[in-house]
Amino acid sequence: MSRRDQLASLAGGVISLPARIIEPVMTGLQKLLGIKRMPWVFLFPNMLAVILFSLLPVFINIHYSFTGSDRLYPQDRPFVGGANYETLFDCGNYLDPATCSRDLFWRALGNSLVFVPIQVIAMISVALLAALCLNREIRGRGFFRGVFFFPVMLSPVVVALTWQWILQRNGALNGLMTWVGLTPVNWLVFPNTAFFWSVFITVWAHMGFYTIILLAGLQAIPKDVYEAAKMDSANNWRVFSRITLPMLKPMLLVVFVLCVIRSVQTFDELYVLTGGGPGSATMLMVQYIYEIGFAVQPRNFGLAAAASLLLGIVLLIFTGVQLRLSRSAQQ
Amino acid sequence: MSDTALPKSPASVRGILLGRRGRGRFDLTDMLTYGFLILGLLVMFTPVAWVVVSSFKTQANLQEFPPTVLPYASETAVIDGFDAPLPLFDVTQQDGRKVRLAQVRRVGLNAQMVDPADPGAKRIVVPVVNAVPVRQVRLAVENYANLVAETGADLWRYVYNSFFITVVATIITLIMNSMAAFALSKYRFAGSNVALVSILSTLMIPATVVLVPTYLIVAQLGLVGNLWGVILPTVATPTGVFLLRQYMLTIPDELIEAARMDHASEWRIFWRIVLPLSSPALAVVAIFSIMSRWNDFLLPLIVLNRREVYTLQLALNSFQSEFEVRYDLLLAMTTLTALPLACAFIFLQRYITTGIASTGIK
Repeated sequence: MSRRDQLASLAGGVISLPARIIEPVMTGLQKLLGIKRMPWVFLFPNMLAVILFSLLPVFINIHYSFTGSDRLYPQDRPFVGGANYETLFDCGNYLDPATCSRDLFWRALGNSLVFVPIQVIAMISVALLAALCLNREIRGRGFFRGVFFFPVMLSPVVVALTWQWILQRNGALNGLMTWVGLTPVNWLVFPNTAFFWSVFITVWAHMGFYTIILLAGLQAIPKDVYEAAKMDSANNWRVFSRITLPMLKPMLLVVFVLCVIRSVQTFDELYVLTGGGPGSATMLMVQYIYEIGFAVQPRNFGLAAAASLLLGIVLLIFTGVQLRLSRSAQQ
Repeated sequence: MSDTALPKSPASVRGILLGRRGRGRFDLTDMLTYGFLILGLLVMFTPVAWVVVSSFKTQANLQEFPPTVLPYASETAVIDGFDAPLPLFDVTQQDGRKVRLAQVRRVGLNAQMVDPADPGAKRIVVPVVNAVPVRQVRLAVENYANLVAETGADLWRYVYNSFFITVVATIITLIMNSMAAFALSKYRFAGSNVALVSILSTLMIPATVVLVPTYLIVAQLGLVGNLWGVILPTVATPTGVFLLRQYMLTIPDELIEAARMDHASEWRIFWRIVLPLSSPALAVVAIFSIMSRWNDFLLPLIVLNRREVYTLQLALNSFQSEFEVRYDLLLAMTTLTALPLACAFIFLQRYITTGIASTGIK
């Protein structure tokens, strides 16, 4: 048996038990409702979960953002109109977070606005470089692909603790720096170095994912185009800029948008690594939502909902762009 | 993604470094390529290797700066008249002679030592600057035993919680998603497009955006602090439905028609014919589900608010502050948490990478 078959039979074995319970119910329903309505029966569990945990929450979120108090249940929450949004936007001077009544929101927003472009550019450059290397005829390609990809499998908590162990005051990096004659730095205590490592670590953890997508895009470029270029004795740079890059462009755009959407939502790694600190130097939007909605007492669900709706609108715009791009890429 | 196999004949080191299949010689681009790949190997691999190596260091070894590359442990000797084994030191005496002594206790800048060969003799007082600990490379596997001992039954509870969530959620996801995919690929009925679009539209609603209302619904269902409160909210993955539907569209309808002729019930057709044929797609969906469930953090963080229901990830996060001075335990725990997926990755790499390459989603 091949590995694929083994896996399939294992998966089949694990789920056959609940199926024995489902079968009589489903045949009963078929007798009761007739074949015509069976697709809805098959759809029902999934649709129920979709409505309950995805579509309904969007409307509840809107309701939350227009109601106040720290009560969880919507019926207990008084309608406050746009007060939550007014609180978020209540600023003396929009360029100076200290003048805002919710200065942390603006700091988190400001951090995200710096973090996202830097992280996305770094991520795509490194991922593209890795994909280009892996697309060449090299030895041990499968091995190197695994090397770049494996951090994607690690949990955010493991990633953060790994790097914390390396970056701490008596950590390996400072040991290395002492060894070459530099002074050790307390990396996660200073805002700028903490921010740098936040970008570095999130790129480290996720670049493999984008490398794989870009590699698939590179391998889809027909070989004869390159053969033709070699006939015309074009140099490597010309081949890259005139053939590879234009043909990879649709894929690159999709990766770009995907990367932005993910980057805006960065939370786990930084929450464990720095907790948003030092001060609020590495606090991004999602952590702000988590903090005001769940961590800080009293819980301010209304403000959290308003902030997450604003985040949702930004993401929606990017998703719309992505859909348009991938559609034009297919044509 | 096509992987060209390595040549069968054993290649020399020089051949591996300089050789290229088929054509040409080793030029600048090749050097840059290998340079980047080796750099990548160092940057990607060493941090994790460092954590694994560190998890085998003793607590004393961990607190050293600069850190030692390999795990060292001081040698100890059991000496008559002392209950615990005593650490051994190489002591340079005032006359320049070196002797190996065992330390009884340390008082300020001096240490009381005893000669292992003559434990009855008077204790020797030695300045600590003259004493160098005797040590050798040794894996401190006791870190893992200590972790189990310190956390007691809790550790197994966290492991169980993580396994329970991962396995149950993946099974439910597979069944629900494939049922929906079956309906959306093998039936023509009014409203099928609406259903498909409404499922796929949830792609645009990230969990982080609907955090507050998701918590409300979990609370309304009475599932706060319950493992089911983490399992249910994300079982209906739109990507799973999409992937399975696309795959099921390739299964010929004649098979289903033939089964209907034989009076098979719709469920039997789904379960006995369509599902087994979709196993490659099911495998991809299963792997993604396992991966995201095992590593999930934000939803468990807000829903699982008691220690008894913590997952491994939550426990690891809380250990970070609790074990602040116990790096030996924290590192052992980190290694243990990363282990299951690392093993899975070695076996399933091809599935995972093909899955990502074909959907662009994880």
